[in-house]
Amino acid sequence: MGNKKLVYLGIAIFLVVVTLPFWFNRGKAAPAPELVLTAKAKEAKECVRSKDYMAKDHMRVLDLWRHAVVRNAERIYVNPQGKEYVMSLSNTCLDCHSNKAEFCDRCHNYASVRPYCWDCHIDNPKETK
Amino acid sequence: MERSRRDILKLFGISALALSTGPVLDAFAAEQAEHGAAAEPYVKMGGKALKAQQWAMVVDTHKFESEEDFTPLIDACHKIHNVPSLPIKRQEIKWIWTAPYHNAFPMSPMKFIDEKLEHTPLLVLCNHCENPPCVRACPTNATFKNPDNGIVMMDFHRCIGCRFCMAACPFGARSFNFRDPRPFINPAELNKQFPTRTKGVVEKCNFCAERLAVGQLPACVEASNGKLVFGDLYDPESKVRELIRTNYTIRRKQALGTEPAVYYIV
Repeated sequence: MGNKKLVYLGIAIFLVVVTLPFWFNRGKAAPAPELVLTAKAKEAKECVRSKDYMAKDHMRVLDLWRHAVVRNAERIYVNPQGKEYVMSLSNTCLDCHSNKAEFCDRCHNYASVRPYCWDCHIDNPKETK
Repeated sequence: MERSRRDILKLFGISALALSTGPVLDAFAAEQAEHGAAAEPYVKMGGKALKAQQWAMVVDTHKFESEEDFTPLIDACHKIHNVPSLPIKRQEIKWIWTAPYHNAFPMSPMKFIDEKLEHTPLLVLCNHCENPPCVRACPTNATFKNPDNGIVMMDFHRCIGCRFCMAACPFGARSFNFRDPRPFINPAELNKQFPTRTKGVVEKCNFCAERLAVGQLPACVEASNGKLVFGDLYDPESKVRELIRTNYTIRRKQALGTEPAVYYIV
């Protein structure tokens, strides 16, 4: 075991190199993106569900919606407050949130998720009239 | 400390009891919480939605004279559904189109028929068969027959683009998106209320399910000025049943047993 020192040095260098990204970016966490609400969204105050629920679980809502609309031909969503909404990404969600770039994309980019909704669903019904 | 067998068995017994009461108490607690919390959200059909056991269409071929009678219907459909117009014929996407009589009805070997019928094109579309072979072919259930209204629907979210349904459909009613269709839709005519499709999915006529849901008739029927009639095949009082009863109608490739729901008055 004559090269014990070299082995320990090697392990130390390896650990430093592997953890380098963490050292390098220490204390510089990217701030959570700020979402912009359109005037219409602000005016409505309440989304389909509560704000916390939507922030966390909007994908579940959309998944339920697409299943109900496409497969069961049920197109009306009644929220816990008893208010009715037409289940449509392009026509209901994006009617208020007509700023996809500042509302949807910012968070999706931050979380590095790439939903392919907009391959088919037209992103902003009111972009041009 | 020495423990007797009896002590250990007692300990086991008490532990088992303690573990089994937990879930029971939780269940009681959950039930109480449910009564206290706000109502659960739910989904339903729109109040104005048109309903039928099996939607069907009757095409009155006598009322179609030339190409000009077809184009407004085809345009109305293709415009509201964002159907692209691709320049290459074999990549063409079509929901509703025309075919010559001998192509639309290759199994009806009628000789010496009325020349007008023989030479005027016929309007063809998805037949929304009562026994649809495309649905049986689909490995992902992306295409399915809606049990409530008989419409053979496409769920583009599930389509993997295998094209088994296209091979299975005897009417050529399905088109495959070989390329992204968006660049081939005229931006001025884009219907922003309706999605486009993406590369790699199969599409076809949906009997305007989205219009029926809000109480409107299909776009082609609305644009046809009575040349097409739409209604419930299983309602004996419906207009389609009356027309089928009082006229001689044929269906495409009836011998295959798919039970098409589009009837042609000839």
